[in-house]
Amino acid sequence: MKIIVCVSCVPDTTTKPTFIENNTKLNEQGVQFIVNPYDEYSLARAVALRDATPGSKITVITVGEANTEQNIRKALAVGADEAIRINAKPINAQYVAKQIAHVVKEIGFDIIFTGKESTDYNGGITGNLIAAELDIPYTHSVTSLEVSGTEAKMEREIEGGKEVVRASLPMVLGSQKGIAEPIIPNMMGIAKARTKPLTVREPIPVETPTQLIIHELPKPKGAGKFFKADGNVQEAVNQLIEALSKEAKTI
Amino acid sequence: MSVLVYLDSANGALKKTAYEAVAYATHFGQEVIALAIGNIEDKQILSNVGKYGAQKVYHISEEKLKTFANAAYASVIAQVAKDLGTKIIVFSASSIGGVIAPRVAAKLNAGLLSDTNVLPKIENGQLIVGKTVFSGKANATFSLTGEFNVISVRPNTVKPSEVGSPVNVESINVSTQESDFRAIAEAILKTSDKISLTEADIIVSGGRGLKGPENFYLIEELAEVLGAAVGASRAAVDAGWRPHSQQVGQTGKTVSPTMYIAVGISGAIQHLAGMGTSKVIVAINKDPEAPIFKVADYGIIGDAFEVVPALTNALKAYKQKIS
Ligand SMILES: Cc1cc2nc3c(=O)[nH]c(=O)nc-3n(C[C@H](O)[C@H](O)[C@H](O)COP(=O)(O)OP(=O)(O)OC[C@H]3O[C@@H](n4cnc5c(N)ncnc54)[C@H](O)[C@@H]3O)c2cc1C
Repeated sequence: MKIIVCVSCVPDTTTKPTFIENNTKLNEQGVQFIVNPYDEYSLARAVALRDATPGSKITVITVGEANTEQNIRKALAVGADEAIRINAKPINAQYVAKQIAHVVKEIGFDIIFTGKESTDYNGGITGNLIAAELDIPYTHSVTSLEVSGTEAKMEREIEGGKEVVRASLPMVLGSQKGIAEPIIPNMMGIAKARTKPLTVREPIPVETPTQLIIHELPKPKGAGKFFKADGNVQEAVNQLIEALSKEAKTI
Repeated sequence: MSVLVYLDSANGALKKTAYEAVAYATHFGQEVIALAIGNIEDKQILSNVGKYGAQKVYHISEEKLKTFANAAYASVIAQVAKDLGTKIIVFSASSIGGVIAPRVAAKLNAGLLSDTNVLPKIENGQLIVGKTVFSGKANATFSLTGEFNVISVRPNTVKPSEVGSPVNVESINVSTQESDFRAIAEAILKTSDKISLTEADIIVSGGRGLKGPENFYLIEELAEVLGAAVGASRAAVDAGWRPHSQQVGQTGKTVSPTMYIAVGISGAIQHLAGMGTSKVIVAINKDPEAPIFKVADYGIIGDAFEVVPALTNALKAYKQKIS
């Protein structure tokens, strides 16, 4: 089985982003990049699927510049077999999806894992767009996956519950927490990753009808109104209810 | 010019997110055409969408489309948009609309913005939209320059209001293709949650400060009085106290309710990522230095085990007084 795992590299979750070039670009100075948390779930599930399906191989694909290679090695260290880096800035989801679709058409695919979203632009659409390009099914926010032959049974998160989805391979899915526990790389994995193949490819020309104009930081909030409960809980509670009903008008 | 709005539905009725998408679409100052797909027997429900701003409502009740298949819905909606010439297509960024929108965009080679949380603008003929990025830590503005443009709207961004009157509902027939049904919804497993987190108007969340699963009844009782949904921090979920479906934050749900009450939650950056755009944030925490107070609008500094029961009782009395 040809298993593809799409990995994006995103700022560490504690990053406080700032922007440069007239606020059009993230200031990468001092930012630590990590494998997108949802892609870690994908990797872990892909490794288990490969190990349960003899003759399978996992190919990691990233659209990113050379500085993403450190994180690609991490993906190899947790068990992927080979990696492809498409040498381009990931301009937006439509751009990334077209690049990935172009490459996987060439190398072949049975199941393509993406994350439910990446934690930088929070689009939640890349996997769906890849599926559309390849004209295969997509299932979003998947919390469990069973594959037998060319059939997959999944559960996906929906408002107020879960939906059971049956799909046929080849297909794309967007992983959500629950699909597998992320794997922490061990020394042996890290050593092996150094010699696993990492191929660099140049991007195809892609224009998209979606342009980022500017980033802004949210306006800082004014100081809140806080009531101390020590000594008189009832008093603090009454003050809060007064504020919520008269000022905030939320109750 | 007109805007096409897809109406989320489930179990024969429209979802709250359907009306929100219509309310958002009215902000383009163009004719609003709403489209529902699937089994909705009560035509009055569809007709009433006119009250919220749609000038026309179309319904597709094709047998094959009675169960959800995002690819099939996308093909049909893209075709309708082409036939009607609606250049802007609006969805809710829900688990329904949100997974149809990208596929429609791909079919129409359209501009695409998912999960917008601000109103759109048309400036010098350009379509300008925005959303929070970096998990709520920044905002970004985009211009959509396709012949067609597709937008999905984060739940709770716009409040529907009555601006019109009921309209006629027209049925349309479409053809479907077999290859679009390679992934289909077979069944729905309900959680015991009475109100879904992402759609809730008020959310009460509990964290590690509650000390154990047995104390979450405090959160549930407070939520009950407020008609709120129950959420949790990752610490509470990872400890096995609450299901992951209730986790709010970076690796959980992103929510944007009118009021978010955080009880015994420190306000780690990854938690704020999921609820920072809530309109009013209330914190109950015994540590005045907890980061949650940096983003809270209101709060009580105190022990949750004393404050929450007192608050629940006082709110009961307040609700009785105003009803
Ligand atoms: C990659 C990554 C992703 C993450 N994703 C998420 C996510 O999606 N959601 C999320 O929530 N977290 C997430 N986290 C975890 C996050 O960093 C915090 O660890 C977590 O939010 C802490 O949960 P908490 O606030 O309940 O617990 P704590 O940080 O332990 O805070 C407990 C709070 O309760 C207060 N308290 C204690 N006793 C009482 C009492 N009796 N009365 C009142 N207050 C009391 C304390 O003062 C404290 O502020 C993520 C972390 C990483 C690294």
